[in-house]
Amino acid sequence: MTTTHRPATDLGFLLHKHPGRAQSFPAPSGTAHVFYPRADEAACTAALLLEVDPVGLVRGRASSLTQYVNDRPYVAGSLLAVALGSVFRTAMNGRCDARPELAATAIPLRVEVPALGSPDAALPAALFEPLGWAVDSTAVPLDPAEPSWGDSRYVTLVLTGELRLADALKQLYVLLPVLDGSKHYWIDQDEVDKLLRAGEGWLAAHPERELITRRYLGRSRPLARSALERLAEADDVPEEALDNALDGPVAAPPSLAGQRRAAVLAALKGSGARRVLDLGCGEGALLRDLVREPSFTEVLGVDVSSRALAVAERRLHLDTLSDRARERIALRQSSLTYADAELAGYDAAVLMEVVEHLEEDRLPALEQAVFEAARPGAVVVTTPNSEYNVLFESLAPNAFRHPDHRFEWTRAQFREWAGGVGSRYGYAIVHLPVGPEDPALGSPTQLAVFTRKQEA
Amino acid sequence: MELAIPDLSLVVLIGASGSGKSTFAARHFRPTQVLSSDFFRGLVADDENDQSASGDAFDVLHHVAGKRLAAGRVTVIDATNVQQHVRARLVALAREHNVLPVAVVLDLPEDVCVARNAARPDRDFGAHVVLRHQADLRKSLRHLKKEGFRKVHVLRGQSEVDAATFTYERMLNDLRHETGPFDVVGDVHGCRAELEELLGELGYAITRDAEGRAVDAAHPEGRRAAFVGDLVDRGPDTPGVLRLVMGMVRSGHAFAVSGNHEHKLVQALRGKKVTVAHGLGESLAQLAGESEEFRRDVEAFCYDLVSHYVLDGGALVLAHAGLPENFHGRASGRVRSFALYGDTTGETDEFGLPVRYPWANDYRGKAMVLYGHTPVPKAEWVNGTLCLDTGVVFGGELTALRYPEKELVSVAAHQVWYEPVRPLVDAAPTRDARVLNLGDVTGNRSIETAHHGRISVRAEQSAAALEVMSRFAIDPRWLAYLPPTMAPTATSARDDVLEHPAEAFAGFRGAGVGQVLCEEKHMGSRAVVLVCRDPGVGLARFGVEGGGAVHTRTGRAFFPDGLGEAFLDRVRAAVTAAGLWAELDTGWLLLDAELLPWSAKAGGLIREHFASIGAAANTALPQAVDALTAAAARGIDVGDLLARTTARAANGVAYREAYRRYVWDTDGLAGIRLAPFQLLASEGRTFEDRDHQWHLGIAARLRDADPDLITVTRNLLVDTGDERSVAAGTGWWEDLTAAGGEGMVVKPLANLVRGPRGLVQPGVKVRGREYLRIIYGPDYTETANLDRLRKRSLGGKRSLALREYALGLEGLRRVAAGDPLWRVHECVFAVLALESEPVDPRL
Repeated sequence: MTTTHRPATDLGFLLHKHPGRAQSFPAPSGTAHVFYPRADEAACTAALLLEVDPVGLVRGRASSLTQYVNDRPYVAGSLLAVALGSVFRTAMNGRCDARPELAATAIPLRVEVPALGSPDAALPAALFEPLGWAVDSTAVPLDPAEPSWGDSRYVTLVLTGELRLADALKQLYVLLPVLDGSKHYWIDQDEVDKLLRAGEGWLAAHPERELITRRYLGRSRPLARSALERLAEADDVPEEALDNALDGPVAAPPSLAGQRRAAVLAALKGSGARRVLDLGCGEGALLRDLVREPSFTEVLGVDVSSRALAVAERRLHLDTLSDRARERIALRQSSLTYADAELAGYDAAVLMEVVEHLEEDRLPALEQAVFEAARPGAVVVTTPNSEYNVLFESLAPNAFRHPDHRFEWTRAQFREWAGGVGSRYGYAIVHLPVGPEDPALGSPTQLAVFTRKQEA
Repeated sequence: MELAIPDLSLVVLIGASGSGKSTFAARHFRPTQVLSSDFFRGLVADDENDQSASGDAFDVLHHVAGKRLAAGRVTVIDATNVQQHVRARLVALAREHNVLPVAVVLDLPEDVCVARNAARPDRDFGAHVVLRHQADLRKSLRHLKKEGFRKVHVLRGQSEVDAATFTYERMLNDLRHETGPFDVVGDVHGCRAELEELLGELGYAITRDAEGRAVDAAHPEGRRAAFVGDLVDRGPDTPGVLRLVMGMVRSGHAFAVSGNHEHKLVQALRGKKVTVAHGLGESLAQLAGESEEFRRDVEAFCYDLVSHYVLDGGALVLAHAGLPENFHGRASGRVRSFALYGDTTGETDEFGLPVRYPWANDYRGKAMVLYGHTPVPKAEWVNGTLCLDTGVVFGGELTALRYPEKELVSVAAHQVWYEPVRPLVDAAPTRDARVLNLGDVTGNRSIETAHHGRISVRAEQSAAALEVMSRFAIDPRWLAYLPPTMAPTATSARDDVLEHPAEAFAGFRGAGVGQVLCEEKHMGSRAVVLVCRDPGVGLARFGVEGGGAVHTRTGRAFFPDGLGEAFLDRVRAAVTAAGLWAELDTGWLLLDAELLPWSAKAGGLIREHFASIGAAANTALPQAVDALTAAAARGIDVGDLLARTTARAANGVAYREAYRRYVWDTDGLAGIRLAPFQLLASEGRTFEDRDHQWHLGIAARLRDADPDLITVTRNLLVDTGDERSVAAGTGWWEDLTAAGGEGMVVKPLANLVRGPRGLVQPGVKVRGREYLRIIYGPDYTETANLDRLRKRSLGGKRSLALREYALGLEGLRRVAAGDPLWRVHECVFAVLALESEPVDPRL
């Protein structure tokens, strides 16, 4: 951080750190060093160097490689913000007994952050410009030797402006971790208080305050890493590639999900079912609707992801339901590529936006698990209509609506699959559109109700 | 007095209080076999005589009895059991477990009972209780058989009680002492000519009577035939078939179980009212032409047929319609009904025939089950069971299985003898894809392995694996093997590296392994390649049409569809050119290999993780060095911070260099290299007993056939007991890693080695100093960091490596032997489940 306010060396008073000395302070993640590469009448630069101890950073036993080897020692994120807040606490509070007027005055400042994580190149400007900074943010290439890899998620940031030093520090304290979005932090009530304190005077009027708050507080993640992460690592793939069961679709408007649930519910009620299965229930959005419907006496939500089931359990408040309500709903981890005897004997089953998450060559296993082993009286299946995708503006041509989709079917393809299942397992089929219908392309979601034929 | 009871039975003692049941039971049975109501009252109420606790006591007693009967253990109920409703629950329990109930009555004079009770201080109830018991008992005696007791033994007076001894009768279905070999024949249905032809094919010599009729057949080597029922009906010569089979059974040359058609025929011959359908009319008409004596003989023969047999120590079960494991060796109406008619769902199909529950899909038993009943186009194994009814009477074939060889022998029908209601041959017979049950993989599991005993998998490990297996893995029929994790060598004692060959060689020397093979560690991705000679092999052997599969460590497909096929085509061509199909007498091969480059599979991870770290480090650190240099130039004392930061900047550069070595461009298969290092299995065999030079020799032959795709693994033989050889090995590793190599794997040359403390590690990795930078971070080589990292603990990783290795070998053994899919899959799944165990990922 550089100032050209004369005498520039007054920066030392404002920061409470002597320009003639290098000083070190213990920080939770290692050691913070403050020193001045330049300190004269015309310009004074204070440098904060956080020397992260990568080995000491891991507390206890970590289970994933990214906990041991990561970009934290190099990137200005939450670790640096914590060091900043502690090394410059007094300055951040705007107190300066030696130069009280100067502390209250806006002075020319230049802030350089060599490596800062940012979800996109434009966000730094969106966050800092409203606060009066001129922003120069340069993308860092991922690897100069591999130009085809493009840019990394880091930028080199240079901010120039005239601000009170205390304000500048507070803004950096909040916005560096917001930009970085790092996941190495546990958020508690304390953090909310810290945000409110550091955001005093500038956050409330910031046009991006919602995004700032969400990203600042949204960095939390379960302390216990999922076992799935270890399996991803065993196979050299990023964790997100496996643990994506909870991500919503990238395309399609949110209202479609509601229409889809309503259509499924109507089909289920129409079948006269009382005991119903939600196969691939995910976080339990449909389960909530099913439980509210008194004609369903028993609802079993099934998913292969234990994390999804844990979220569903929390959202449905299963631990605090009354005994009577609790008897109507249950969750179970199971898989649709294995036959599960516990799923037999239900009146109806729902496969809402599930089949497209399986490779097509694995569908016969699902068919047998559902239509032969579980063999409910009715099965309601929904799946995207790929013909409709061209009408989603946010969707690239030929892209799927969700990164985990293995296929998306046209109406003809869905009908062909459904017809085959119906004749192999003895189910009659009715197809229904869900969502606004386009005369040429059909509806965004397609739905089929399979009804088990009465045995002769 | 000898009391005969079946060797699997529920023995119900009946007698008044004081009749001496407990003493009697203790004399004839082991304490654990006897469940006494007194004992269970004590268990639930701390007082053996607390009659108010009887309800709870009997609930627990019945529960324990149920567990014992389910496990097939003789169980004795020591309670008064004088009342009918009390006994009814026990009879029901026996039936539930398909065990025969036996009643043993101790009928002693009242005064004896009363006197005994009076002598016991804890029994303070009066004589009237005994009188009531005795009255109930007298009332019951005549009806015990009707209540369902298969045998009733009444002991009157103390002298009979004292003289009694028990003898065990073998169950009628128990032929465990018959060990074969057998030739098991499917449904004959009156097709005598085909039967004679088949017996001839099987090597039997047929004996004929004066009229030239076949009346017996014997095998010169003493093999015996076994018939799975439905000898009769529909076909042209039911009497001829019966004459031959009856002769064979009676002369000890054959066994036969009853089919549903024999059952119906007996009823018809006995004049019972039966619907004459499904070919019964033909039999009755043909038998009408035989003598009355022959008809009586047939009736007696068919009546005496047992509904199923357990043979060869329990390894083989014959039942006409098949039999689930919990029915094997059991006796009840339900067992008989299943064996004769199968488990029908009560539904009928479009041809009006009963829909049969596919019990074999769920069969997980150890015994081989051979059966008929439902005609199939071709005999196909399902979970160790085989239907031998290939519809000879409908114009199909008559089929036999040689046991234990598992060879099928068939003869074609001479003509269509009877028009089938339902077409016999489906257009495209496909094997049932649903052969895996959730219960095969979930929950706490324990798998018996040949090399490392029982290996346990915890429920939460299974849960994580279930998601990965279900969402990402290839079809389990292609997934025969997942490679085990490998432990690193013991941490080096030197101060500049974490791993060094010295510890690896010393470790093997300590385990008694003299010769080890050092193999270059390719920095790529592990790949398992299952390649079939042709798509027909895939269908016949694995039940999937296709040429094989290439998958990753966690069972994911390595390539997108088309590319995978092209890759397999190349590997197949190389195997063909190397002549391995014929040499190994196999239609498929399973190879363990490394696929290069690393970036081919891990590109996403490299960019997202490793390259990102490199970008951040190489951006931030040079600027930090500049700032510190500027401060130092001003005369500020920055201590050794500048030196440290400069070193870290250099580490950042080295880090980038480290991962760049394993990245290169590929386009389709161009640039892809496969380094096979072990042949895992082929038809009927595994190769963990072949030394590693043999395996690398196979790889070299494949390389010769396709040098663009296949690459060999450089290697060096080291004698761990020879200092010069060890030094050469160390130098080899130093050269390898100095040139940017990942490092090496040191394996016992002989491959699978057992030491005095069990399995020896199948290999340990010794990774290079620069490669480990990728794993331990750019700055791990700084002395302060190395000192702390050196305290790593390897025990968990070593143990895991051995367990996964043994599970892998077990799976290979099973797949090579042609075991049912679930048996192979449980091993594969367990390896994946264990991989979710939280061990230090840097090891």
